Amino acid sequence: MWISLEYIYYVAGIFLAVVAFLTLKDKANPKRFSTALFWGLYAVTFLFGKVIPPMYMGILVILLVLIPGFKGVRGGAYDEATADQRLASSKKIRNKLFVPALMIPLITVIGAVWVKNVTIGGTPLLDPKNVTLVALGLAALLALLTAMFITKDRGIRALQESRRLVDAVSWASVLPQMLATLGAIFVASGVGKVVSDLVSSAIPVDNRFLVVAAYCIGMALFTMIMGNAFAAFPVITAGIGLPLLVHLHGGNPAILAAIGMFSGYCGTLMTPMAANFNIVPAALLDLPDKNAVIKAQVPTALLLLVVNIFLMYFMMF
Amino acid sequence: MLTLIGIAIVIIGFALRFNPLLVVTVAGLATGLAGHLSIQKILTTFGDAFVTNRYMSLFILTLPVIGLLERYGLKEQSQALIRKVKAATTGRILFLYLLIRELAAALGLTSLGGHAQMVRPLIAPMAEGAAETKFGALNDRVREKIKAHAAAVDNVGLFFGEDIFIAIGAILLMKGFFDQNGIHLEPLDMAVWGIPTAVCAFLIHGVRVILLDRKIERELAAAAQNNQQDSNIKEGV
Repeated sequence: MWISLEYIYYVAGIFLAVVAFLTLKDKANPKRFSTALFWGLYAVTFLFGKVIPPMYMGILVILLVLIPGFKGVRGGAYDEATADQRLASSKKIRNKLFVPALMIPLITVIGAVWVKNVTIGGTPLLDPKNVTLVALGLAALLALLTAMFITKDRGIRALQESRRLVDAVSWASVLPQMLATLGAIFVASGVGKVVSDLVSSAIPVDNRFLVVAAYCIGMALFTMIMGNAFAAFPVITAGIGLPLLVHLHGGNPAILAAIGMFSGYCGTLMTPMAANFNIVPAALLDLPDKNAVIKAQVPTALLLLVVNIFLMYFMMF
Repeated sequence: MLTLIGIAIVIIGFALRFNPLLVVTVAGLATGLAGHLSIQKILTTFGDAFVTNRYMSLFILTLPVIGLLERYGLKEQSQALIRKVKAATTGRILFLYLLIRELAAALGLTSLGGHAQMVRPLIAPMAEGAAETKFGALNDRVREKIKAHAAAVDNVGLFFGEDIFIAIGAILLMKGFFDQNGIHLEPLDMAVWGIPTAVCAFLIHGVRVILLDRKIERELAAAAQNNQQDSNIKEGV
């Protein structure tokens, strides 16, 4: 392929390296050295992720985590525009401001749907396995160029402004990756089997409704623990779904799968472990309560879980 | 049973509000040791999984654009635009975004949205702006509630839309799982049986965001009344 996902990671790495450098120069940040080290190490994982052997990368990751663990990551000063300046410039540039913002999702979609099959000299243009992510990276770059053209400002300004947002998200930006790492450790240690043994030993298997409820609630609960319905699905379906609902009670496996996964998503809405959906957005929106997004979602998730149990019970047999 | 120690550490650590990164790392180390993995194996798993999952953090690439546009008044312009639409309310904006997000995801267009790309720069400012136009100045509590709901709408729309699309990762994962267990399933079957839940998710969350307008109004009225009482007390009434 011409543009692989690794190249997009290089761009992200360079971006983080610049953030680290700007942080180092920011005398208003009380912890500028440790904060710069944090972003610098994070940049290394993007730039040299494929080069450094996994075991050394593991050590680097633990060092990376220890810095915010001991409160070493802080924000600084950003030379922000005042509210009046922003209002004045919004009146001048007006709706053209939306163009770069909307370019990001639109170009990503175009890349993922149409450019997917484009080849040059027999080689695919975009990494076929990661079309959407590569398209997102390219969309961000094109949108940045357009934004610089519309605002007539320099690229370094964009990087300085982005440091304000990066510092707002702060260490939470690493949390989704660390949770995925924890999931990998859970799998390697066989946590799933222990959980599904526990659940299947606790429910009366002859009662169809209770088994359906146990499966849906089990999917939601295990997703809350793992932070990811994809990790919960094979465990709970192999533990409860297949042996009890499909083989013993003769349920339709397609319905089991469809509603089972959605029950897992109800769990995703309720857990801080799904940090990329729940915690990072709270940080990104400057919410002081990091669980505010989860709190907004819990009523929907619980109602929908009940709906799922009944839908599965009435449709599956 | 000892391998469940990681789950206990996560629950206790989150409850006691330790830094989540530390909690997760300690839980990972403890689970690995309880599961009889060697230190080398644990470190290798840490490194491997961290590098494999770097894609989760690629949203940072959108921050330079968003940061620059915000400096030049993107939020202010979003709010000015929404002020012109007389029918716009917080609830209706979020309802419309829920509809678009879920339909687009059902067509496989899952990247048409996102917290960094759409919610922070556009949806949240518009939802806030609509409430400001209707009720005047907002207090922090209400402002934060609106932002949290803007983020929630993105999640609900994405999650319950995407599984209707047959080529999405979740459907392929389920198909792979059943193939391994000797059951052949068509992706279309699983996608179709997801539709009832997808519709219910839209109805439940749609009603909730529409009701949000009334909730905001009530909360602002209650806050105003409290202020009134406070000032009455100060004045000795």
